[in-house]
Amino acid sequence: MTTTRPLALEVTGLRVEFDGFVAVRDVDLTVPAGELRFLIGPNGAGKTTVIDALTGLVRGTGTARFDGHELLGRPVHRLVRAGIGRTFQTASVFEGHTVLQNLDIAAGLHRRPTTLLRRRRGVPEEVLRALDTVGLDDLADRPAGELAHGQKQWLEIGMLLVQDARLLLLDEPVAGMSGEERAATGELLRRISRDRTVVVVEHDMEFLRNYADTVTVMHRGSILAEGGVDEVQSDPRVIEVYLGAPLDAPTATATARATGRETR
Amino acid sequence: MSTAERTAVTATRTRGLRRILRPRARLWLGTLAAALILFVVAPAALSGYQFGLLAQFLCYAMVAVGIGLAWGQGGMLTLGQGLFFGIGGYAMAMHLQLDDAGPGGVPAFMSLYGSGTVPAWWEPFRDPWITIGTIILLPAALAALLGYAIFARRVRGAYFAILSQALVAAFAILLIGQQASTGGSTGLSNFRGFFGYSLADPLNQRLLFFLAAGTLIGMVLLVRLLMRSRYGELLVATRDQEMRVRFLGYNPALVKTVAFVVSSVFAAVGGALFVPIAGIISPSDVAVVPSIMFVAGVAIGGRATLLGPVLGSLALSWVGAQLQDNYPSVWSYFQGALFVLVLGFLPQGFATLGGVLRRRKGDSR
Ligand SMILES: Nc1ncnc2c1ncn2[C@@H]1O[C@H](COP(=O)(O)OP(=O)(O)OP(=O)(O)O)[C@@H](O)[C@H]1O
Ligand SMILES: [Mg+2]
Repeated sequence: MTTTRPLALEVTGLRVEFDGFVAVRDVDLTVPAGELRFLIGPNGAGKTTVIDALTGLVRGTGTARFDGHELLGRPVHRLVRAGIGRTFQTASVFEGHTVLQNLDIAAGLHRRPTTLLRRRRGVPEEVLRALDTVGLDDLADRPAGELAHGQKQWLEIGMLLVQDARLLLLDEPVAGMSGEERAATGELLRRISRDRTVVVVEHDMEFLRNYADTVTVMHRGSILAEGGVDEVQSDPRVIEVYLGAPLDAPTATATARATGRETR
Repeated sequence: MSTAERTAVTATRTRGLRRILRPRARLWLGTLAAALILFVVAPAALSGYQFGLLAQFLCYAMVAVGIGLAWGQGGMLTLGQGLFFGIGGYAMAMHLQLDDAGPGGVPAFMSLYGSGTVPAWWEPFRDPWITIGTIILLPAALAALLGYAIFARRVRGAYFAILSQALVAAFAILLIGQQASTGGSTGLSNFRGFFGYSLADPLNQRLLFFLAAGTLIGMVLLVRLLMRSRYGELLVATRDQEMRVRFLGYNPALVKTVAFVVSSVFAAVGGALFVPIAGIISPSDVAVVPSIMFVAGVAIGGRATLLGPVLGSLALSWVGAQLQDNYPSVWSYFQGALFVLVLGFLPQGFATLGGVLRRRKGDSR
């Protein structure tokens, strides 16, 4: 599972329109293999929409290639089979199923359909490995609905691991997490990005500084800046879109917003 | 980990153990009890009339078991199972009519209403094997085509319910309009034999009952198997989070279609067995109202459980028959009231009563 060479994501001229409103325009994005790339930007910048376009949830034009596959215009389940995986801003695990069942369903992608008719006996190898990687071994038999918010996000990441996604697009995975959980998630992202291509949408500057390789800043549907955390943080255009304040200031609002969404 | 958490985990573990030990025993005991009731107690305790009624109810319950799978597990509220019940029923009725008429013969009603010749599309039903094949394969194919087309367009919830109901309404209208070949609104009746056995013979009636009982038990066991399989887990996951399932690389339309096909075949088999048992099939047996009744039993019993649909359906049919005989005018009101009451207090049906009570007790402690 972890021996194959990671692959790069190359997006050029991505554009997404909603009834005449251009949510994403002229986005060129290259994420080299094995990189942990962060995608930031103010509210409504189009970050989620970029992920939606790359995973077949909304229609986008332009090109987006991964592993020689064109991603745009293909149905969701085909993209998943080509190794694209994502999480959502709001955790979406199967709440009535146990952690183990959630992971087992995610692993089904690589099983023959006939295995569906049989009962699950024992725990598949890749599920055990994912349980270990995301640190949910002790909770394997717990219904996913009972997990804490952070644990649900880890379970989602675990599901991407068992489905053997090579490109992971994570939409605000640490929003609403405690400091400890954030650190654990950061380490987890580090570990899994070593042999995968990972794009993370996140606002928290502290988190970015600790874990980002490169940061891409979006604003009003296009890319504003790209580079290391320090480089981006001192970019006057980036400072301007964050209301002229240094980047740490909107972080607080972003976190508050995300937390608000989580406790809603 | 806090103590509370640890206790919770231990509790889950023991519950896990029980889950391994108990189902086996429950399966055998349950099957045995059902067989005992249906094969020994029912024939001994019931009058001939009641016995015949129960046989009909077993056929309705087959539809309910299928609805339990499609709706309870898969989230597809189908208000149109009469369509499949009707296909099975009419296919069987056509065969019985032709069989009664003898080789090359013409069913009596055709001489009465029609040209006195058997329409070409009736002819294949002279053959018993073609008939049985049609009863299973035609609904399966139709459900697969319809289901996939509907689910791939992401038609869900109330829209699917309305669509399925419209289909069954159209089907009933079609049947009524074709009096010369379907018997119109009076339907097909007066069958004398069933694959060579006389339907007037009480022994054969008893055998038919046993056939229906065995088939029903088999269907419940099959649903149990499906529910506990990986497919069952996937189906529930699709019901709860269709989008997420899609993002795991599955095609949710396909997952749902499989359950819909199984449920439709169950309905068709129920319809086919209903015909020799009830001695009639008419548009009023397959139209909108019976289609809703099938669902009502499932809802009252508990759609997401294994036994809720079958027991709910049987109970509703039984109570309905008692009331209909004694108080024909209030029956429909009672039925509506029951429906509202049960679903108001137990949205998941009677089968969840135990769990709800236990939670109450736990809360008040
Ligand atoms: N389905 C849709 N229909 C119409 N407009 C949409 C749709 N989805 C998103 N938008 C618009 O596209 C723009 C980009 O939205 P998007 O959700 O991608 O922003 P974001 O960068 O993820 O913001 P946030 O940080 O709040 O999550 C917004 O103006 C939003 O209102
Ligand atoms: Mg977003």
